[in-house]
Amino acid sequence: MTQSFETNKQGGANGQLIDAIASSERPSRPNGLSSSFTFASRALLRIKHVPEQLFDVTVFPIIFLLMFTYLFGGAIAGSTSDYLQFLLPGILVMTVSQITMYTGIDLNNDIRKGIFDRFRTLPIWLPSALVGALLVDTVRYSMASTIMIVLGLILGFRPEGGFPGVIGAVALILVFSFSLSWVWTTLGLIMRSEKSLMMVSMMVLFPITFVSNVFVEPETLPSWLEGFVDINPISLLVTAVRGFMHDAVTFEQIGWVLLASFIFTIIFAPLTMYLYRNKK
Amino acid sequence: MDDTKQTMAIEAKGLVKVFGKDRAVDGVDLSIKKGSVYGFLGPNGAGKTTTIRMLATLLQPDEGHAQIFGHDLVSETAAIKSRISLTGQYASIDEDLTGIENLIMISRLMGYSRKQAKARANELLHAFSLADAAKKQVKNYSGGMRRRIDIAASIVVTPDLLFLDEPTTGLDPRSRNQVWDIIRALVNAGTTVLLTTQYLEEADQLADRIAVINHGKIIAEGTSSELKASVGMSTLHVSLFDQQDRDKAIEVLTQKLDDSVRPGSDPASLTAQVLDPSVVAEALGELQKENIRMTTFSLGQPSLDEVFLTLTGQPVEENAAHEEGVTR
Repeated sequence: MTQSFETNKQGGANGQLIDAIASSERPSRPNGLSSSFTFASRALLRIKHVPEQLFDVTVFPIIFLLMFTYLFGGAIAGSTSDYLQFLLPGILVMTVSQITMYTGIDLNNDIRKGIFDRFRTLPIWLPSALVGALLVDTVRYSMASTIMIVLGLILGFRPEGGFPGVIGAVALILVFSFSLSWVWTTLGLIMRSEKSLMMVSMMVLFPITFVSNVFVEPETLPSWLEGFVDINPISLLVTAVRGFMHDAVTFEQIGWVLLASFIFTIIFAPLTMYLYRNKK
Repeated sequence: MDDTKQTMAIEAKGLVKVFGKDRAVDGVDLSIKKGSVYGFLGPNGAGKTTTIRMLATLLQPDEGHAQIFGHDLVSETAAIKSRISLTGQYASIDEDLTGIENLIMISRLMGYSRKQAKARANELLHAFSLADAAKKQVKNYSGGMRRRIDIAASIVVTPDLLFLDEPTTGLDPRSRNQVWDIIRALVNAGTTVLLTTQYLEEADQLADRIAVINHGKIIAEGTSSELKASVGMSTLHVSLFDQQDRDKAIEVLTQKLDDSVRPGSDPASLTAQVLDPSVVAEALGELQKENIRMTTFSLGQPSLDEVFLTLTGQPVEENAAHEEGVTR
């Protein structure tokens, strides 16, 4: 096709070029919702072209659930099926929280390529670039949750809360993950390379997901550690999710999770946008 | 529009940007007329990209102020953004998406409806000879195609002011000519273009006025002929068969031309600034008479190196660390 450019240079292509430049109109700028959906469809197209990026929400959860159920089940609860009742809500929270960090990595990649500058010079509502990406991430988190719960049911997980309880649990996880994502977008804007971003994200995620009530009852821990585990937002979420799934959730449990989500969002969403606007 | 009487696209006074200890842009004044092409000429790390990023609202200047179409650069960014477009040094599109997906995305973000966006994307792909590659991922495009899709994305809505950061660096001559044609067509349609380049030839071909930038400062400004007059109309390059002859050759040529004859970077070469090309033949004839054999000689426009040599008395300094700071 470069050939045709060459041969048509005098007539066709040049004429088309002039027409294309002249025929441009200036539509009114899109509203925030519309531009957010455009960015969401960009994220969906990226999944279509690079399906490997779904590994983290498909293969990852399966490996995690199988590994921890059979590794710890016998030792901690005496039997794997008993342990699964306790573990599944926790491991679900842990897996989804860990994959939230990919939001930051995607943003970090955009910055290092030129497209970030393109978006920032467009006359659009700037946060829509991130809101759109986060919307699609919510779909990814739902996929991971569905896969884990279905696998759990096959392995013998029996939620006493039934279908409504499971839905409530997943909804709460999605709210929390959306809020937690802003932490990674903030870091994604600060860190210079994908490698250092991964490292810092892991350094935060590993302690807060493992030093929690995901695997063990906090009462078995030394008191200083129990203190941390009790206020760890991951523990708060795990407690509420367990409550939902086993039909014993309290308003207080839900309230703590919503409060934690609110705090994450109110601090890190504006911080992300500030850095996004003023990135050098 | 409120600025019909506005004749200036860009007016800047004393722009400064400091990164750490490094004054990347150090007091740049600009006045660029509407509808003109303005070229920034300078080596890597001279501050070209940083200046463009400030004028495109991506970076806040540390000192100085500027107006784009009469809008203040710092307080009226929204009004400015709706009239400018930036094509950065690196592809400013999503490489994982196809060409058409990229153009539809940008069209949608500019406010076109789904149907209009598709039509506009197709129109641009045809105009830029990319129709056959519409459904290929951009990462599989050649360098020239990538540049074209990038510029196409910048003119989804024809901007009043287009920033092009090194639009032809790394392109083969044919792709470069295609990009030049696109730029000329845009200027004919009334767009003001601010481009950066490392090649004097490119600035000469496209720009109405040229600013030579070094170490964050404009060291020369004017039309291309003014600039060339100040550095010598053209440059003579001579390669000698035997490098032992060079001192002799310099002596002979200096008599015929003037004292601009200098040894070149290659030990068997020399260069001279020539104001009147007609004396060149005579001067080379003298070399023949003295039995100094040449392998090649050429008469051409001064290179960026020579412009710098003349303007600053120093060769171009490559400053990779500096450029790193600029592109972050």
